[in-house]
Amino acid sequence: MWTIGLGHYLFVSAVLFTFGVFGIFVNRKNVIVILMCVELMLLAVNINLVAFSVFQGNVVGQIFAMLVLTVAAAEAAIGLAILVVYFRNRGTIEVEDISAMKG
Amino acid sequence: MILQALAFYVFAAVTMASGAMVVVSRNPVYSVLFLILAFFNAAGLFVLIGAEFVAMILVIVYVGAVAVLFLFVVMMLDINITKLKEGFLEYLPVGALVAIVLALEIMFGLGVFGSTPGTVMTLGQHGAKVAAVENTRAIGQVLYTQYFYLFQVAGAVLLVAMIGAIVLTLRSRPGVRRQKVGEQLYRSKADAISVVKVTTRGGV
Repeated sequence: MWTIGLGHYLFVSAVLFTFGVFGIFVNRKNVIVILMCVELMLLAVNINLVAFSVFQGNVVGQIFAMLVLTVAAAEAAIGLAILVVYFRNRGTIEVEDISAMKG
Repeated sequence: MILQALAFYVFAAVTMASGAMVVVSRNPVYSVLFLILAFFNAAGLFVLIGAEFVAMILVIVYVGAVAVLFLFVVMMLDINITKLKEGFLEYLPVGALVAIVLALEIMFGLGVFGSTPGTVMTLGQHGAKVAAVENTRAIGQVLYTQYFYLFQVAGAVLLVAMIGAIVLTLRSRPGVRRQKVGEQLYRSKADAISVVKVTTRGGV
């Protein structure tokens, strides 16, 4: 119990990832919260990568975690830009109303 | 060792609790603030494990840039907060079902129910090795040599994202009087003023 191993970190990561998926399914009104849930899932992935990297003594995992961070930042910027444009055009960000591209 | 474990449990508990609050919180502003709390505590977890550089990058990039971006957008969009949570109970069963199934799958994958050799959990049995060089130096030695092209591609991704965000949100609104510096500087006396001979009591 008092020795923190890889399993502890993997548990935290798994819980965070599950919360992220749960949030995506539950929030049907607010796209911003869905974007935040995606960030939460990426954070869980980063915890996994860094934990494996440290416990195996290989630094490459941390470099990959930084790349995931970069992609997450780019995704947040583009996603929020799309959101702002959508709100400007339609006046709503509810998920159920976003059906303009329905075939 | 006990102090380290206690710090881990505190950081992990706050991270998971704030992760839950991001999802269930009623006001999106509170969601963003709990997201910031989760990022800070995840950075604490990274520091505990000895990955200081990623922890600092996490604080700078996520808390300093991404979360503030979220906060700006949440506060800028004029959305009706009371309407936002209407479908929460309606979609709660299916969301909970998916979450429980996913959690069980992850636990199976980790080998929680009966760990066999070769599963993920046995990888961590060696324990953390004490690094010969400090974390930042170790990352720099690999990142700028072996993974240099990857580093450049990361920069390109950020550049494309920046251009994309600007192109998406830029708009030219009609009827806005802007300053045109070039035209203003190139005005000459000839087309700006004219001397009119005014006759007495005649007016212009």
